[in-house]
Amino acid sequence: MGYDDLIRMVESKFTVDKEIPEFRPGDIIRVHERIREGSRERTVVFEGVVLKRSGSGARSTVTVRKIAAGVGVERTFYIYSPNVEKIEVVKRSRKVRQARPFYLRRYSNIHHIR
Amino acid sequence: MLALMGRKVGMTQWFDGEGRAVAATVIHVEPSVVVQIRRPEVEGYAAVQLGYEKVPERKVTKPLLSHFRKAGVEPRRHLYEVRVEDPDEFQVGQEIDVGIFSPGEKVDVTGTSKGRGFQGTIKRWDFSYRPKSHGHKWIKRPGTSGPMGLNKVMKGKKMPGHMGADRVTVRRLEVLHVDPENGILVVKGSVPGPKKGLLLIRKSHGQG
Repeated sequence: MGYDDLIRMVESKFTVDKEIPEFRPGDIIRVHERIREGSRERTVVFEGVVLKRSGSGARSTVTVRKIAAGVGVERTFYIYSPNVEKIEVVKRSRKVRQARPFYLRRYSNIHHIR
Repeated sequence: MLALMGRKVGMTQWFDGEGRAVAATVIHVEPSVVVQIRRPEVEGYAAVQLGYEKVPERKVTKPLLSHFRKAGVEPRRHLYEVRVEDPDEFQVGQEIDVGIFSPGEKVDVTGTSKGRGFQGTIKRWDFSYRPKSHGHKWIKRPGTSGPMGLNKVMKGKKMPGHMGADRVTVRRLEVLHVDPENGILVVKGSVPGPKKGLLLIRKSHGQG
């Protein structure tokens, strides 16, 4: 077994039990994030367009952009973080072809890409 | 049992109890085998001699081969010694795996840092660059080697020279994960040397 396989094996501790739906840049997704406030725990949902995916294995991240109160907000999540409860795909995009569709930032309404 | 040898596999990321991502190093620790036991009555101190990494017989010298034969173990590439309190806890031929470490514990990791070759003072000793413009001629030279009037160079003056490939110890790294079945140890932070570099992992003692 090569050394890269060993790293993959170590990372699989975080990746095996987690089911992540298929999605790609341009899609609209909903990220459910667990937030701990003292002893209380609640789930916050962040819905927006996928601007990029990066990394591999347990290190993969997704950057999601949404418009909140008129201001563009981008957040990057570790897909396999234990704090990310689940990811839902709201809508798949058929228009976006780029891996990094940063031009979407110019649209004020994410649903514009419909 | 306080120390084991291993090899650096590479770095990755680990999620701690809070869900924070932490830099982590994966170390492959194959079981070491006890080759000899040193006793206070005979050698004057208590320790075990351990062998790491199996190797074909033709790879070891004859005197060493006899040493392994005497212990009744297959030859190993590396031999090292670890001090123990009670040598009677161990038997020759016994295998010791990563199970001696547990998550949350602190370890010191020793290895050989990556060799950098002959380097100037800027990389080697963190000297400053001089301005690249405004009439400057020498940008990366070391400057003066001492004060005027002192007709010699002080001992230990920082000069260009060979850098890296030194024995380096990183102390008090937290153990994040132990998997004795596959011989894997995950440690928080970084560890000296290249991938596949040989490491000695020791339990840290004391609080600091």
